Amino acid sequence: MNGGPGQDTVAAAAATPQRPQPYAELGLTAAEYNQIRRVLDRRPTDAELAIYAGMWSEHCSYKSSKVHLRQFAEKAPKSAALLAGIGQQAGVVDIGQGYAVTFKIESHNHPSYVEPHQGAATGIGGIVRDILAMGARPVAVMDALRFGPADAADTRRVLPGVVGGISFYGNCLGLPNIGGELAFDPCYAGNPLVNALCVGVMRHGDLKDAAATGPGNQVVLFGARTGPDGIGGASVLASASFGNQNGADGESAKRPSVQVGDPFMEKLLVECCLELYAGGLVTAIQDLGAAGISCATTELAAAGTGGMNVRLDAVPVRDASLGPAAILASESQERMMAVVEPGHLAGFQAVCAKWGVQATAIGEVTDTGRLRMTWHGELIVEMPPGSAADDGPVCHRPSARPAGQDALAAADPDRLARPADGPGLRAALLDLVAWPDLADKTWATEQYDCYVRGNTVLAMPEDAGLLRIDEQSGLGVALATDGNGRYCLLNPYAGTQLALAEAYRNVAATGAVPLAVTNCLNFGSPEDPAVMWQFEQATAGLADGCAALGVPVTGGNVSFYNQTGGAAIHPTPVVGVLGVHQDVRRRLSVGFGTDGARIVLLGRTGLELGGSAWARAAHGHLGGRPPRVDLEAERALAAVLIAAAAGGLLAAAHDVSDGGLAVALTESCLRGGLGCQVALPGDPFTCLFSESAARAVVAVQPGAEAAFAALAAEHGVPAEPLGRVGGASLAVDGCFEIPLDELAAAHAGPLPALFG
Amino acid sequence: MRARVGVITFPGSLDDIDAARAVTRAGGEPVPIWHGQRDLLGVDAMILPGGFSYGDYLRCGAIARFAPVMSALMPAARAGLPVLGICNGFQILCEAHLLPGALTRNAGLRFVRRDVRLRIENTRTPWTRGYATGQEIVVPLKSGEGAYVAGPATLAEIEKAGQVIARYAGIIPNGSAAGVAGVCNESGSVVGLMPHPEHAVDELTGPSGDGLGFFESVLSVLAGT
Repeated sequence: MNGGPGQDTVAAAAATPQRPQPYAELGLTAAEYNQIRRVLDRRPTDAELAIYAGMWSEHCSYKSSKVHLRQFAEKAPKSAALLAGIGQQAGVVDIGQGYAVTFKIESHNHPSYVEPHQGAATGIGGIVRDILAMGARPVAVMDALRFGPADAADTRRVLPGVVGGISFYGNCLGLPNIGGELAFDPCYAGNPLVNALCVGVMRHGDLKDAAATGPGNQVVLFGARTGPDGIGGASVLASASFGNQNGADGESAKRPSVQVGDPFMEKLLVECCLELYAGGLVTAIQDLGAAGISCATTELAAAGTGGMNVRLDAVPVRDASLGPAAILASESQERMMAVVEPGHLAGFQAVCAKWGVQATAIGEVTDTGRLRMTWHGELIVEMPPGSAADDGPVCHRPSARPAGQDALAAADPDRLARPADGPGLRAALLDLVAWPDLADKTWATEQYDCYVRGNTVLAMPEDAGLLRIDEQSGLGVALATDGNGRYCLLNPYAGTQLALAEAYRNVAATGAVPLAVTNCLNFGSPEDPAVMWQFEQATAGLADGCAALGVPVTGGNVSFYNQTGGAAIHPTPVVGVLGVHQDVRRRLSVGFGTDGARIVLLGRTGLELGGSAWARAAHGHLGGRPPRVDLEAERALAAVLIAAAAGGLLAAAHDVSDGGLAVALTESCLRGGLGCQVALPGDPFTCLFSESAARAVVAVQPGAEAAFAALAAEHGVPAEPLGRVGGASLAVDGCFEIPLDELAAAHAGPLPALFG
Repeated sequence: MRARVGVITFPGSLDDIDAARAVTRAGGEPVPIWHGQRDLLGVDAMILPGGFSYGDYLRCGAIARFAPVMSALMPAARAGLPVLGICNGFQILCEAHLLPGALTRNAGLRFVRRDVRLRIENTRTPWTRGYATGQEIVVPLKSGEGAYVAGPATLAEIEKAGQVIARYAGIIPNGSAAGVAGVCNESGSVVGLMPHPEHAVDELTGPSGDGLGFFESVLSVLAGT
């Protein structure tokens, strides 16, 4: 880490081929180290080793996942809406009227366990810069969070820190937080999942490249100065399992690997970049995230003309003792790298000065095909940039169906004791809506600003977030994220499709047409064949599901090593779906707010309790098969919801998923402030608690009953009249009645009681 | 001729576009004012919007109070220019001693975003005269340092002089003294409010349209109606 001269140079590396190097400590295998020596035809310098260690880490290279991720492109349905797809920093989707949106979800799981506040905060910062680097203005964020048991002592450390970090960073940045998830399971106790999504908007033609083209163009580093934080974040922290859960040593040793966030600097960077784009001052741009300057320089050079010269000692540092390897590996936040024509450099600097952002030309684009870096005049890096950025190792990891998979499937939840009478069903409902997974999440969401920028039409606890994009036309976008580790453990192929189907349904429930998919694939160690089997199944399920629903995957992120010792998390792919809403004034809310409106259940209900919230909450049971996937039925249901919203036929719509109709009715009553009276068709327990997919509950606009029934029939969607909206209780004929006050207390009480 | 209402943008201002939208919706012309300028461009009234002015890692508004634009605004405000500070803007006006009291960490020590009910207590200011005394409105609150504090003498003084312009109705969400949500200066021309009326200008994007009254009030005063 020595910052003075006298560094390991290319000449020294050639002269001392046998000098031992700490490749293993940097997360590289012996085979990978030898591959580097072959590429360079000598040993790497310390600086080169830092670059390869970052770029060939699991986190940056996708070495274990890339053979499986290819099918997202290969199986993708044809979509005219896709302006940029996989391989870019984020996918870009045409939503019409000259607008394009870009969105992506990314994990910050490991840092958020080690240091919850900063880990979660910088997770927001990182995904926002990804969106910014596409040329878009970031307009909203969402977060999908999973923690250990709600009543565990460590959850009281991690959860408030994570929520506080998201609140601190996102609020100061001025981005509305419009939705997400918050769930609990013992499998996440040592491995919380913190997945952050950002969406941005631009005009067609504003799309920016991350390719360093034009020899002689300047390479400019701007934003925060580089410090010693986040060193080894990608290679050491995000690409290995934690040690034993109780081994606090491992955690504290990894703490310096977590970055520290400055949301005010990020806000300046956002406004500064947008003004630079508007002024036509940027040829290419890339954000600095995992592997910092290593990643930005190798990727920009490899994607462009092919060469770059960098004066590494010109990088502004917060700590003068930082040497070249540390500067290359640092993951200090709030930094961007731009390629700028020499004639635009003065204008570029002027915009940066206006926003108080430091900008430094640290190099230039060349056509040599080599990335060369100097340190006080001495050559310390000399490599083909593509060897780090594109030609990293590819692993064909062995996979094997887990030994316990059959036993899990055989543990049939249908044999669990079920409540049969009215009082029993009433108690079961009250218990379920108070179960932390399904309880009211206001404790967390009221720490997030959902109003800033004034375009938020729907936000949590709605099914999806909905943003207005154009004030005149009412054009908007809807976004939902969903995941279900229980379903995925029982059947990762079906479970992933159920997550996709739920997000797709949630978007359609606002009246928006689903257009594109992003994903964050959270799994255990890829070195475990059982985990690789789950991963293979999940990726195949998602690719096939997207093909069936006609929505392409536009990008995503893989997080492996969510594992403590030998225990992996449940496979937890989180799927984000983006849809376009033609007129947000016609949006549908989940809330029952129209007195007397008829309530209709759409879709088919069977006895499907495998992986259900009821089985888990009431019996601690997880087994059997997840609900049956029927993507044709999902498409038909979505078509009905979208057409009904556009036609003004509905007063409310809510998807039926976790916790079944019982939870859906509870949420709709409490959201809208009106009760309901329903009669259940068939076995009351099944009707209330089964989690059959492809269902939604709707309230029909008075007077539109016949038109809506005809619409459902036209699409072949079963529509069962249940009752009507009204009163001050949730009343189920012949079973029970629960006053809304009692329901609200049960639903809203648990999180404040747990977290203060 | 539409009245021109300035909206100051500090580098960390966040709700400036919302404030400008609210002015437009109320029938005025919003005029962007950059924190680094000393020329107020002859605006008829000024809004200091919500956000985090210069990051506010120090006490909120403590640095913004020394911004170049404030050196022009402070004498103008003392001379009667109608000024509304919302959230961070309220904090800045207190730091600048244009308003009595100060804002500190919420009682719960967490950021709170919640739709709150406010009772309008003083309708004699240019920003509140469109409301009825005692009228209750629903607007969003969203702040981490929103607890109003003042010494007992100051509190008694502003209560007596009717300088409390709005109070939280029902539960006080942040521990504000006497439930104070907004105050004005002695003449009433300078108003600070912790909750966000600019986020409640229509029911599509806010909990109500109740907040529009602040902007309509000042425009009607400026129009002399």
